[in-house]
Amino acid sequence: MPKVSMTVNGKPASGEVEGRTLLVEFLRDGLGLTGTHVGCDTSQCGACVVHVDGKPVKACTIFAAEAEGATVTTIEGIAAEDGTMSPVQEAFQTHHGLQCGFCTPGMVMSAESLLKENPTPSEAEIRDYLEGNICRCTGYHNIVKAIMAASGQDVSKIAAE
Amino acid sequence: MYAFDIERPATVSDAVKLLKESDENQPLSGGQTLIPTLKQRLAAPEKLISLTGIGEIKGICEDDAGRICIGAGTCHADVAAGAGKYPALAALAAQIGDPAVRNRGTIGGSLANNDPSACYPSAALGSGAVIVTNNRDIAADDYFQGMFATALDEGEIITEVKFPVPEKACYMKFVQPASRFALVGVFVAKFADGVRVAVTGASEEGVFRWTEAEEKLSGDFSASALDGMSPPADGMISDLHGSGAYRAHLVGVMTRRAVDAAL
Amino acid sequence: MPKDGIGASTKRREDVRFLTGNGNYTDDINIRGQAYVHFLRSDVAHGTINSVDTSAAADMPGVIRIFTGEDFAEMGGIPCGWQVTDRHGAPMQEPKHPVLAHGKVRHVGDPIAAIVAETREQARDAAEAIMPDITDLPAVMDMKEAIKDGATKVHDDLTSNLCYDWGFVEENKGAVDEAIKNAAHVTTLELVNNRLVPNAMEPRVAVGDYNRSTGDHTLYTTSQNPHVIRLLMGAFVLGIPEHKLRVVAPDVGGGFGSKIYHYAEEAFCTYAAKVINRPVKWTCSRSEAFISDAHGRDHVTKIELALDKDNNFTAVRTETYANMGAYLSTFAPSIPTWLHGTLMAGNYKTPNIYVNVKAVFTNTVPVDAYRGAGRPEATYQLERVIDMAARELGVDPIALRRQNYITEFPYATPVAVEYDTGDYNATMDKLMEIGDFAGFEARLAESKARGKLRGLGVNSYIEACGIAPSNLVGQLGARAGLYESATVRVNATGGITVMTGSHSHGQGHETAFPQVVAEMLGIDASMIEIEHGDTDKAPMGMGTYGSRSIAVGGSAMVRATEKIIAKAKKIAAHLLEASDADIELKDGQFSVAGTDKSVAWGDVTLAAYVPHNYPLEDLEPGLEETAFYDPSNFTYPSGAYACEVEIDPETGKVSIERFAAADDFGNIINPMIVSGQVHGGLAQGIGQAMLEQCSYDSDGQLLSASYMDYTMPRADDVPFYQVDHSCQTPCTHNPLGVKGCGEAGAIGSPPSVVNAVVDAMQRAGHTHITHIDMPLTPSRVWSAMQG
Repeated sequence: MPKVSMTVNGKPASGEVEGRTLLVEFLRDGLGLTGTHVGCDTSQCGACVVHVDGKPVKACTIFAAEAEGATVTTIEGIAAEDGTMSPVQEAFQTHHGLQCGFCTPGMVMSAESLLKENPTPSEAEIRDYLEGNICRCTGYHNIVKAIMAASGQDVSKIAAE
Repeated sequence: MYAFDIERPATVSDAVKLLKESDENQPLSGGQTLIPTLKQRLAAPEKLISLTGIGEIKGICEDDAGRICIGAGTCHADVAAGAGKYPALAALAAQIGDPAVRNRGTIGGSLANNDPSACYPSAALGSGAVIVTNNRDIAADDYFQGMFATALDEGEIITEVKFPVPEKACYMKFVQPASRFALVGVFVAKFADGVRVAVTGASEEGVFRWTEAEEKLSGDFSASALDGMSPPADGMISDLHGSGAYRAHLVGVMTRRAVDAAL
Repeated sequence: MPKDGIGASTKRREDVRFLTGNGNYTDDINIRGQAYVHFLRSDVAHGTINSVDTSAAADMPGVIRIFTGEDFAEMGGIPCGWQVTDRHGAPMQEPKHPVLAHGKVRHVGDPIAAIVAETREQARDAAEAIMPDITDLPAVMDMKEAIKDGATKVHDDLTSNLCYDWGFVEENKGAVDEAIKNAAHVTTLELVNNRLVPNAMEPRVAVGDYNRSTGDHTLYTTSQNPHVIRLLMGAFVLGIPEHKLRVVAPDVGGGFGSKIYHYAEEAFCTYAAKVINRPVKWTCSRSEAFISDAHGRDHVTKIELALDKDNNFTAVRTETYANMGAYLSTFAPSIPTWLHGTLMAGNYKTPNIYVNVKAVFTNTVPVDAYRGAGRPEATYQLERVIDMAARELGVDPIALRRQNYITEFPYATPVAVEYDTGDYNATMDKLMEIGDFAGFEARLAESKARGKLRGLGVNSYIEACGIAPSNLVGQLGARAGLYESATVRVNATGGITVMTGSHSHGQGHETAFPQVVAEMLGIDASMIEIEHGDTDKAPMGMGTYGSRSIAVGGSAMVRATEKIIAKAKKIAAHLLEASDADIELKDGQFSVAGTDKSVAWGDVTLAAYVPHNYPLEDLEPGLEETAFYDPSNFTYPSGAYACEVEIDPETGKVSIERFAAADDFGNIINPMIVSGQVHGGLAQGIGQAMLEQCSYDSDGQLLSASYMDYTMPRADDVPFYQVDHSCQTPCTHNPLGVKGCGEAGAIGSPPSVVNAVVDAMQRAGHTHITHIDMPLTPSRVWSAMQG
């Protein structure tokens, strides 16, 4: 089997993969990074979003072999080494932007990308950006609110709690 | 997925060579449609020839004729960000899929697949683009040959798409609510010598030009020129998300809105 | 005051692991040496299995063993947990539900064979080499056709496709018919409650493990109620006693009902692990989930509402066809009956009510509870027909509701339940405030100016949660008790572990449950930890569904904590040389009433485990108590919801512009979590009303078989919601005064969405549009406008 090498969460990672091995399979089964989830097989739910070379992609819709040499960041690589959560992660907790937690890794990865591209997104821009991330628990209210809060916007007027 | 190997050539010629090694070899671009298809085991390639490592087919430039030329391997996000000279095209690219999909999916992949509900075919046909392959130029009017069917030969790879830039243009998309593909998408482009109207999502034959609307709009580029007009419902897709009659109606509505919003 | 006690919006402690990728979901569990199973599923809806030739597949690389229906023929089927008795006193028809299809396939997705191999892909490769010989039979799809004489039968050994014909309350029928005959006005509405796919974001997973040296089985599974799975699977399918079977449901990624049930795949993995003597893992793909997870709703209903000349409701009569699918899922028979018929009084003092439900077998995936379960069906038809009646009578729909509201409690309905508390006018008042009804006209004018239609829809709802008591539900046909248990284990240094039979799969129990104990003991919530989801830990558990966790599981925890306090007081009394009747517990200190003598919580807990100075002759050492709590009644959350829509008349596209929800959940433990539960329910209700439709064609092929065609609500489909739960009439019969909040949003929201769209149509002069069936897709709305 061919070998693939990449940098994952700042550390070199390599392993043998089949042609058909998806990046998400390499991350979960090969590297034990089970924070990246698989919620569908049609590239829509976004539970598997990771960053490849700084950009969000669906890890279930890219082969591991295609990430050869790439820099990959997964949900496990977002908090600081000492465990301090990022402002986005922090805001998701503060504003109850997650319930079952299954879609959460993808949501956080998308939100991190959004704020990199657009540091102060409007409500509409956030909702639009999350088109590829499905959550069944939260009704999105607190996810959108959390992302606005993480971007430094005042969310006190958005319905309490 | 069935088992297959992946090759990652660095040049178009190497890719073509690899494709020609076997009829069972298949090109892989962004994979946003192909990979879900493979998961369903609806395709069984022997080798996938990944085009994502070929630098020469990525990027956006302008040619001497003022056309916007987009490398086939350019992802939707890069077109959305980099095709500012053709705002309607950039806006269309920004509406395909979602941000993560737009970072992988490519214009070449979309045109080669020619999904009847994809956005790009309407831009290519509506703009009268030229689809450049490793061995020829194909006019958009000759390229699209029905649902998932194109003029491409086995082993032929799209390398570039050249878009003439119209005076005004706009893409109006009415989304299919589940897939977020186009239930109906209309690309209207006004050139000095006439108007082109290309419709995606609606027809069982795939993307098509709505010539009746083109004629009216070439005479009078205003939404009111199309008052009450819609194409015949015959041959329109009818499914869970809308009847043929509904799609035909939407083509009229979306075309008028595109004209109104054209820049 | 304790930190993070009752009423605090404490941030969720479980979030840190979920936000950093450290959750432990079932698919994250891999056991050394595990094999993988792939299920070959039927691609036809109905057919006779002539043979299943596995010989070629058995020789494929990596194949360990292939199982077919023959392997399970002598075993028990997947059991049904509720027996409904029909209106003539006969038990429902109950077909066998084999682990793997035997004799016939009965829906697309019915498992024909299970291939266990070294890898997932090898199992799948081998599945393609299996040649099932199946003779197609006509698919039974239309419920009304299915119960006609001579219809093709889904189950040949049953007399027909009618599971039961249920009348409730049968003795009321004559009076109801009479009241309708004598009414001044009768409004009749025929509607469809659309079929839905629950779609928890985590697909189901099962990992079976067997220890040959001890004979112990372990099943890791995505379940809302591991103890129930242990009981159903152990006792009825595989014959494994509880002490040799451990079921673990670790972090579970949403359930919404779909992970209540015992599924064939769980039994298979548990069984196969013993047969091949290796762990066996199954991970469901989303595509597979669409054809193997139980679906929800799917009712066809006719409802009649009778009113007297003063617009008082005098009778409600309904006739419903409820789709059971091909087999009876665990709680399927109870949903259209006891969870639906008993709610047909709604918030109103209608004196005469009769509900008829015909449950029908079809060649579709089994249908069972989905968030709300029966109550959304009741609420939807009632609140739609009231709106329609108001329009027919030319009266204000809110005024008509208020006029008929129940205002005195307790109130015994004619459909056998007794509401303990409620204040429906209060929630309606609150709704009109938070929904800014006063500003509607201005918003309407603004929409009109942009060429858009606008409408406002309102409804009330009531639900029944925490189904109980067990002896009553037993009489109603439940084959299980509906209590909950908790063990409170106080450690020597004062920290506490609570083992609860409730299961959290998003509800935040790990945060909210400790708030209750903290409040009772006056200590910080951080000293309390919740254990759940493992049959080896909690004594017994009925699990989490029906908004029951805090009302039933929380009450069990309260009872166990009360026992802890009683014992701790005795220890404190000994230490303080006082009588235990004089000991008071406040802020984590035990003191002797009227004195300044006190001992701290930690002193008492230490004494319990280091009993040197301890009344050993009167009291056992240790501080651990268990309680089982069986409620004496349901709880009755209620509320009023409002939806404001804008419609593009050219395309029929409806957008939800505002949504307001005023709920009465009684007392509230963690307001932040409660709001989150409402938000999620609202999105699912809006999804049902606007987007979601599980569709089959006439051959039984599933048309909406992936997210390409089944529309999941996304962030841009919904607005920010205005939610309020300040109207609180505490439940009178549980110790916390709580009612439950998990399902309210999904129950209360669909009618207001449809009411709003119909309102917009009427305001725009489309007076012929009095109803549109859900989901209100652009194409349906546009078609309605075409006349």
